[in-house]
Amino acid sequence: MTARPDREFEVVGKNERKVDGTGLVAGRRKFVADLHLPNTLHVKILGSPHAHARITSIDTSDAEAIPGVACVLSHENTPSTRHTTAGQGYPEPSPYDARMFDTKVRFVGDRVAAVAAESEMIASEALKAIRVEYEELPAVLSIDAALQEGAPVVHDEADSTGIYDAARNIVADVDIDVGDVEKGFEESTVVVETTCETQYAQHTPIEPHVVLAYLDSDERIVVRTSTQVPFHVRRILAYTLGIPMHQIRVIKPRVGGGFGTKQEVLLEDVAALVTLRTGRAALLELTRAEEFIAARTRHPMRVRVKLGAKADGSLHAIEMEGLSNTGAYGAHGLTVLANTGSKTLPLYNKAENAHFFGQAVYTNLPVPGAYRGYGATQGYFPLETAMDELAEKLSIDPVELRRLNHIRLGETSPIFEKLGEGREGVSQTVKSCELARCIEIGAERIGWTEKRGKQSKDGPWVHGVGMSIMMQGSGIPEIDMAAATIKMNEDGSFNLLIGATDIGTGSDTILAQMAAEVLGVPLSKMVVTSSDTDTTPFDVGAYASSTTYVSGTAVVRAAEKVRAQILAVAAPLLESPAEGLFLREEAVVAANGSRVGLDRVCQRAMYESDQFQIAATASFVPSESPPPFLANFAEVAVDTETGRVNVLHYVAAVDCGVAIHPKLAEGQLEGSIVNGLGYALTEEMITSSRGRVRNPSLFDYKIPGALDLPKLEVVLVDSYEPTGPMGAKSVGEIGINGPIPTIANAIYDAVGVRLRKTPFTPERVLAAMRAS
Amino acid sequence: MTIMLRINGVSRTVDVAAGETLLEVLRREGFVGVKCGCGTGDCGACAVLLNGRAVNSCLTLAGKVDGAEILTVEGLASVERLHPLQEAFLDEGAVQCGYCTPGMLMSGIDLLTRNPNPSEDEIREAISGNLCRCTGYVKQVRAIQSAAERMRSGGDDCAT
Repeated sequence: MTARPDREFEVVGKNERKVDGTGLVAGRRKFVADLHLPNTLHVKILGSPHAHARITSIDTSDAEAIPGVACVLSHENTPSTRHTTAGQGYPEPSPYDARMFDTKVRFVGDRVAAVAAESEMIASEALKAIRVEYEELPAVLSIDAALQEGAPVVHDEADSTGIYDAARNIVADVDIDVGDVEKGFEESTVVVETTCETQYAQHTPIEPHVVLAYLDSDERIVVRTSTQVPFHVRRILAYTLGIPMHQIRVIKPRVGGGFGTKQEVLLEDVAALVTLRTGRAALLELTRAEEFIAARTRHPMRVRVKLGAKADGSLHAIEMEGLSNTGAYGAHGLTVLANTGSKTLPLYNKAENAHFFGQAVYTNLPVPGAYRGYGATQGYFPLETAMDELAEKLSIDPVELRRLNHIRLGETSPIFEKLGEGREGVSQTVKSCELARCIEIGAERIGWTEKRGKQSKDGPWVHGVGMSIMMQGSGIPEIDMAAATIKMNEDGSFNLLIGATDIGTGSDTILAQMAAEVLGVPLSKMVVTSSDTDTTPFDVGAYASSTTYVSGTAVVRAAEKVRAQILAVAAPLLESPAEGLFLREEAVVAANGSRVGLDRVCQRAMYESDQFQIAATASFVPSESPPPFLANFAEVAVDTETGRVNVLHYVAAVDCGVAIHPKLAEGQLEGSIVNGLGYALTEEMITSSRGRVRNPSLFDYKIPGALDLPKLEVVLVDSYEPTGPMGAKSVGEIGINGPIPTIANAIYDAVGVRLRKTPFTPERVLAAMRAS
Repeated sequence: MTIMLRINGVSRTVDVAAGETLLEVLRREGFVGVKCGCGTGDCGACAVLLNGRAVNSCLTLAGKVDGAEILTVEGLASVERLHPLQEAFLDEGAVQCGYCTPGMLMSGIDLLTRNPNPSEDEIREAISGNLCRCTGYVKQVRAIQSAAERMRSGGDDCAT
């Protein structure tokens, strides 16, 4: 633990230009598909037309006979190893229930075969020439259908492992208790209960999934892929394809957004196998329609929350029950469900009695996976709705009720220890928390006291304000690991080698800022290489809000080791013991003011005396996961004639510790809140009665554009996390949890109806108003 | 068929297949700064200037623009110097993953060429066809405002 330093940071906390920024604005930075290799094969995948069917025969001979077709893959000629596509730490807490190509298909779009050909057009033609016979099976198209006695079994194969109860379609089951929740409700003065439902929604990074595989000059396979988890890709590929890990190199170039969907090994196996079979480069890019049909989504959930409070407003008992639809495969099924409780319930730690339980179930619908917020988004909707209902019953201002009950500095929650990432958690106390200040700022900026309960009218439009609070985490304690290597060059610059995975978040930049801060150099002296399994050290990747906190600490530790080496080399040059020396402005400086440039220090180490490479590697595994905190406030106008909801003003005040790069931290909040606004108001994947996605385009699936947005204010509240690198916590996910409960509560303030199903479309709002 | 295109100030003849889009032709010719996010005209990642106006190159048939003047993101900057709009995107933190950035820049250039002093609403209107999933647009709008100021005061050569 470190206290806040007396001295101002030189590089940290500054809005530096992103280290990869110039290349990106100039259009020069190369994404996966921007590398054109000679004789590249184009790969297309044949998806299942049925939600649930057995493949009784497959004949690829006509497709193979088409001129220009190089290779056809199906279950008949590919490895049958069961694995998970979830790019998680090993052993993964997700079931091994997927095969490269299976003899059974479990959702519309499930993989049947793949063709590699000289052009995309030939590959597409060849897909049509593959003759497949299916035996259609009854499909399971909802959570309730999946749990019915005698329901069709989605995973009836004998060789899948890690499924809680395959015969009953239950992927995972979670049940944890603190105190006695039933007794707690009996002892409560007021009890409220609410059930909320969230929809199928997609990440829609503007760059769809894409991978390019090729053989290097040593005949090793290089997989250049748009991923959040390059090291997990390498491990899962080696296992799935049955090839030695050292024969695989995974490179993540620039990535056009991830948000969780690229924490999944979706395409790499197919492209890699084409290359292994043909010796040729293979490019596999999903179209936008394929992305909607066959990539990942958020887990739709039905979550029930019951709260009991004493007359003074203090929470006494909380119960949360989650039912999660994990689609045709169980990737992230257990952990997303567990996080629905573990990332929400500690927020209200005053309740002595708590119970979280639930199940994740298979259906024959599109496959959910990791999605920014990771279950917490689904949990905060009913939790923060119920808090509003409780406030009303107790006649306490909703802001006041939260102030009374939220976790504070120095406090803990038994949930931290009881419920972790699909297993027991890790106990921790909160060492930084400015949530009270966040609430205060948010309430003031939105004009809470002036506007709440006023229902001001403007023609058919009625105004209302709502709020919600939340926490998330900073990585997965005692599981996540990150490493960093720093080596010095004789011009006084440094190479920073990190496994951490910049998917647009700016992690290359903020991690370099941290190293530059320790080493006393401007950011321009840090050369960043990231996410290449051959050349950078291990890192679990970009997920679970881990990078700033976990990878950041590894970087700071590596920099501190390098600093010690530099000081030792400089000591004889300055005729001063290393202990009294420090690094400042690209030089080693002694207490008496004498100094020697870093270039000179490195030249001595490389060419002159006791020669060695100044370099160090450091690793970090966190023992806790300090939560960032967020207060959301929104003003909405509801059209009482059409049910349309306009969000006029949204304020988000966040405590993420020290913001290493304030504009990038704000950008994380702004982006996640706008994604959350779409999730709250317009975004919904609609499936037909046969399980087919009916709106697989950005025209029919509406994500927010620049014209669709409220005045959006993000406030970074001053805070310092003593266990964090330079005082930082992570901030990548938390914002996306805010809009749904905040807007739902604002709609209630405006028109007196509770929306319990997302998205809040005009139809749903109008129906709710008419029903009330 | 063979067509002639003037791309970023350099004329070249290119062979195009029937039905091939300008996006496909530009990427094949090496202008990979032009991105494909949907192929159906919904996301704007493929926007280029066609005879001075921003268009979705994925919806533009290459065969129909024989003789056209095309500006892609690669033509905005020289190696030594970025365009003020690119500078503003960097300074305002408007670039996250950068995949929508080329299209967003072209829409911004189109706007600033016609309207050197746009309001926030005019900026939002101008980039309403460019979807971004990372930024929430706040910093992109600010970057275009800032570029407008830079270009008005600096007299930079904005008329690319």
